[in-house]
Amino acid sequence: MKPEAYRPDRYPDANGHFGPFGGRYVAETLMPALIELEEAYNRCLPDPAFQKELCYLLKDYTGRPTPLFLAERLTKALGGASIYLKREDLTHTGAHKINNTLGQALLARWMGKKKVIAETGAGQHGVATATAAALFGMECKVFMGAQDIARQAPNVKRMELLGAQVVPVESGTGTLKDAMNEALRFWVSAVRDTFYVIGSVAGPHPYPVMVREFQKIIGQEARSQILEIAGRLPDLLVACVGGGSNAMGLFYPFIEDDVQIIGVEAAGKGIETGKHAATLNAGSIGVLHGSKSYVLQDTNGQIQEAHSISAGLDYPGVGPEHALFKDLKRVGYVAITDMQALEAFSTLCRLEGIIPALESSHALAAAMFEAKNRPKDQIIIVNLSGRGDKDLGIVGPLL
Amino acid sequence: MNRLSETFKRLAEAKESALVGFVTAGDPDIDTSLKIIDAMCRNGLDILEIGVPFSDPSADGPVIQRSSTRALKHQVSLATVMAMIERIRRTTSIPIIIFSYYNPILAYGLDRFQPDAIAAGADGVLVVDLPMEESGELTSRWENPDFSFINLVAPTTPKARMAKIAALSSGFLYLVSKTGVTGSDGLDTSEIAGQMEILRSVTDLPVCVGFGISTSEDVATVAAMADGVVIGSAFERLIEENLENPELVSLMGEQTARYKKETKQ
Repeated sequence: MKPEAYRPDRYPDANGHFGPFGGRYVAETLMPALIELEEAYNRCLPDPAFQKELCYLLKDYTGRPTPLFLAERLTKALGGASIYLKREDLTHTGAHKINNTLGQALLARWMGKKKVIAETGAGQHGVATATAAALFGMECKVFMGAQDIARQAPNVKRMELLGAQVVPVESGTGTLKDAMNEALRFWVSAVRDTFYVIGSVAGPHPYPVMVREFQKIIGQEARSQILEIAGRLPDLLVACVGGGSNAMGLFYPFIEDDVQIIGVEAAGKGIETGKHAATLNAGSIGVLHGSKSYVLQDTNGQIQEAHSISAGLDYPGVGPEHALFKDLKRVGYVAITDMQALEAFSTLCRLEGIIPALESSHALAAAMFEAKNRPKDQIIIVNLSGRGDKDLGIVGPLL
Repeated sequence: MNRLSETFKRLAEAKESALVGFVTAGDPDIDTSLKIIDAMCRNGLDILEIGVPFSDPSADGPVIQRSSTRALKHQVSLATVMAMIERIRRTTSIPIIIFSYYNPILAYGLDRFQPDAIAAGADGVLVVDLPMEESGELTSRWENPDFSFINLVAPTTPKARMAKIAALSSGFLYLVSKTGVTGSDGLDTSEIAGQMEILRSVTDLPVCVGFGISTSEDVATVAAMADGVVIGSAFERLIEENLENPELVSLMGEQTARYKKETKQ
């Protein structure tokens, strides 16, 4: 069955809607700031001077382009389709998040804002924001759930070394969603001089489209790399989806191509247990953190706690454009459990000498399953969105 | 009949400002919450804002966040709030405004919301996270013009936008006194005065001012400038500080009476 064609020119509309999803659901105090941000984004992004500066930073500071690496031993072991890894783990700071934070921090500078704030789950986006803030000499506050601070200690240290203030968030469940609530609350009070760097393709317009534009470099590179290596487009793309930024970055440049796409959510302890973060697989339509999308909620509209071994996927919402991809059946969304992700994690360590982030391990697990069941002449690209050093404390006792 | 416009008309004639009180429905539990609201109504409250508890109240400060958490322990939903309003309506004729985040309303059902709210005895709704760009999805279904749609206007809202918001609003406008979440400290009276002046030039709707108003002096100052004074976190703080106190209900009544006195010139 051929998926329905996605028409990128149609989305988002003037108010940030991706079909029935997206939009801006925030307190009035923030609306003028979002409109100002949208205007600045529309003005700066096409500016050749802005693009030149961003390209320079992505190349000489971040280390782009990242390689597209054929995982030969893994491919052989599975006996099916070839698996190529898009090595976002090799970027400066060790995850794709830096692509976006450099873009947003640069935009903040163009807007004359000297203070940035961010929310973080696993700490990767917090580290990437702190890094960009240090590079640009900006004051940086990162809001992080108390529970995440406990399980991602190395990243807390990194942020502090980079000069950022890490603000523990005790409210709610003490995870990413609460950190985002707290960042929104702080932003309301400091909106006149502070830029809020959102780390995913979630949040109110223009964040979903802006983060996509800063992350699509992943897919643009992968597309030209595979054309050069294999002389053709891949058969399948696979990436993990929490909020969905690395997946959006890889998928978007292929969205009009005849390429199958799979997004991988965290099934946690299993969707049937209720302890999961599989928003697109098991959620329903709602409004969280400023946009309409799928969310994990009860019948009264109260947001439910997500669960995943991977802090970066442990989020009860998802970017609105992914919600549209799902409804249009352009992307298939599957879910991988904690245990399956751990298995993929150790397989990659041993067969390829690469320690992947637990987030990316979810994508790997799904890609390995697909590779096994596909002929050898097929090509799969997996977004290896981050490296796993930060997860050793979690993985250590389990493997 | 429109209770809101009647209330503002009556108060204007008496040279009074409206005392608008916010409490989270079901805090600390449903029974006590009903008793608290009853005590407030009997002690001079002019307009009740009844808050629908939400798991992720991103526009609220810690005091109202905790009130939401307490209410959610008793599974208070929008349906519960509707049932509470029905009870409250039996003993009071003051306007009742539902104060909610958008998601509980979406989950309740956009088509059911207004008819059920009217049937319960509510007079309007304020949806904290539903700016004018998105509000059509909710209000375009409304057939009864006597149900008011109250909107927030912030210190960051430019004049042209204020006019557009006012044009979509009914009942009254809620002027946020400062950039910040509910319950934050300090009141900038000169900023409020400036905002009031701009607002008056773009609308004839009554204007109520809220966020960070807690002392009797604050109430008197704001009452002199605006058609209404909204107290939320200060009431919720009193509830929180007296959770174990058997006098909680009468304390809330007394506090309401003290605030009400300050709204009379």
